[in-house]
Amino acid sequence: MLDLTFTEPAPRVIHGLEGDWEMVIGMEVHAQVSSKAKLFSGASTEFGAEPNSNVSFVDAAMPGMLPVINEFCVEQAVRTGLGLNARINLFSAFDRKNYFYPDLPQGYQISQLYHPIVGEGEVIVWMGEGTARRVRIERIHLEQDAGKSIHDMDPEYSFVDLNRTGVALMEIVSRPDIRSPEEAAAYVGKLRQIMRYLGTCDGNMQNGNLRADVNVSVCRPGDYEKYRETGDFSHLGTRCEIKNMNSMRFIQQAIEYEARRQIAILEDGGEVVQETRLYDPNKGETRSMRSKEEAHDYRYFPCPDLLPLELEAAWVEEIRASLPELPDAKKARFVRDYGITEYDAGVLTAEREAADFFEEVARGRDGKMAANWVINELFGRLNKEGRTIGESPVSAAQLGAILDLIRKGDISGKIAKDLFEIVWTEGGDPVRIVEERGMKQVTDSAAIEKVVDEIMAANPAQLEKAKANPKVAGWFVGQVMKATQGKANPQVVNEIVRRKLAG
Amino acid sequence: MSIDRETARKVAHLARIGVAEEALDDLARELSAVLGFVEQLMEVDVEGVEPMVSVTPMTLKKRRDEVTDGGYPDRILANAPMAREGFFVVPKVVE
Repeated sequence: MLDLTFTEPAPRVIHGLEGDWEMVIGMEVHAQVSSKAKLFSGASTEFGAEPNSNVSFVDAAMPGMLPVINEFCVEQAVRTGLGLNARINLFSAFDRKNYFYPDLPQGYQISQLYHPIVGEGEVIVWMGEGTARRVRIERIHLEQDAGKSIHDMDPEYSFVDLNRTGVALMEIVSRPDIRSPEEAAAYVGKLRQIMRYLGTCDGNMQNGNLRADVNVSVCRPGDYEKYRETGDFSHLGTRCEIKNMNSMRFIQQAIEYEARRQIAILEDGGEVVQETRLYDPNKGETRSMRSKEEAHDYRYFPCPDLLPLELEAAWVEEIRASLPELPDAKKARFVRDYGITEYDAGVLTAEREAADFFEEVARGRDGKMAANWVINELFGRLNKEGRTIGESPVSAAQLGAILDLIRKGDISGKIAKDLFEIVWTEGGDPVRIVEERGMKQVTDSAAIEKVVDEIMAANPAQLEKAKANPKVAGWFVGQVMKATQGKANPQVVNEIVRRKLAG
Repeated sequence: MSIDRETARKVAHLARIGVAEEALDDLARELSAVLGFVEQLMEVDVEGVEPMVSVTPMTLKKRRDEVTDGGYPDRILANAPMAREGFFVVPKVVE
């Protein structure tokens, strides 16, 4: 396989009052497993159900209820790990993370602190053609989600819905390898893309199915390199963790604000306090979540309700064999096989469905032309109407037929756009539409010559001008195209006009 | 390791168990006794012994990804001290 090569981007530098600063970012991304039932119970994971209707006695932590693991969730964590080139741990185990909160009826979250299911991996985060950040993954573990508290339904009380309680999450923990707000957003985007390719998480950020905790610290230029050389965190600044963000834009804004806040403290001679913070998008600032601080004593211990999770190496290999072609490999193949730019290949492989659509259009046709039409006409139109590729009214076969008509010279590129429009709004077979509506390009020289003669005869003054100055020839070409409603083959028209003027 | 009065207070608070001021010393003593017992166990040399996770040779039981439970909000809320419109209602907790 041909890999795309890249160099790593420079880190984001903030010019402080007392010299330059760099930011260092690590992320914990929580991705909801795309399962029908919860991690340890048979209750549904469906979003938007009536409050407390997707709750079993296990989720509500009724006495005596025991968790039984959902094997599909285990498989998805393994798939995700394999998709991130990570080591799969054949032995993992569950631990209890103890804390008290109304939306956590068990009083603990079942998680995997000591023996996570997935170990070290890596993600290539593209920041432009030939530029990418290699972000190391530390681990992925399986854990339960908490419920939802609603605070605005009553002035004195909070309302609790446990529908989300116990839903399976994959927590993907990165090393502090991210160096700018843009990289942080692109990293989340890349994880989302890979998981959507794998089908392990739908990546719906609005519904909270993908959210991130962001660890931010600042250091002086050169310090980060010392950390990478030695692995010694003391070269880095004290970090703050910004919790629970489910928007790429907010992630970037929060990091920017937080880095500047820390720099201001340090330049003032103060010290950054390690703490958990919350981003307030309305005020555009982060603030301390003091209430969470004392709860940080999680008193982890192995969950006595669950035996260790032991996987068969052969089963892991079966999953590996079933992995789809992943975005980076697909992108490299598109560049190589279809002769398109890295940028276009990136656009076409953003979603698996779109890439499949493109390949169907491009099969046996010109790759660059197919890419142009899919990106500019189809994606452009889909974006304009807020539709996904799955909702495209023009199928890959229809678009392919339009391209064939262009290639055969039956229609011009301009007529093809009109045809695309007709197929988009009315549907139908492009070949028949061209036949029935007389959209076929006129390539018959005799017929075109006749039109040229008529126009030249009707415009003697222009004819004289054009004979003296060949640049005016374009005027005749335009008139001929107009007279034939764009159906005349422009090359043939050009040729005839040039010949007539010369003769 | 022994638990002092302040640690006992903290542990009780983390678990949100109300303990009267005058009961803290007794609690600390009891917890210390439990830890003392565990410390005694820790004197046993277990070097090279694999941790036993179950007394019977069992593997983790797994479930298929099927919705087989839930759909009874009334029963879930039956023991709630306060519930409204299908929600548990608790004293205000805001960040």
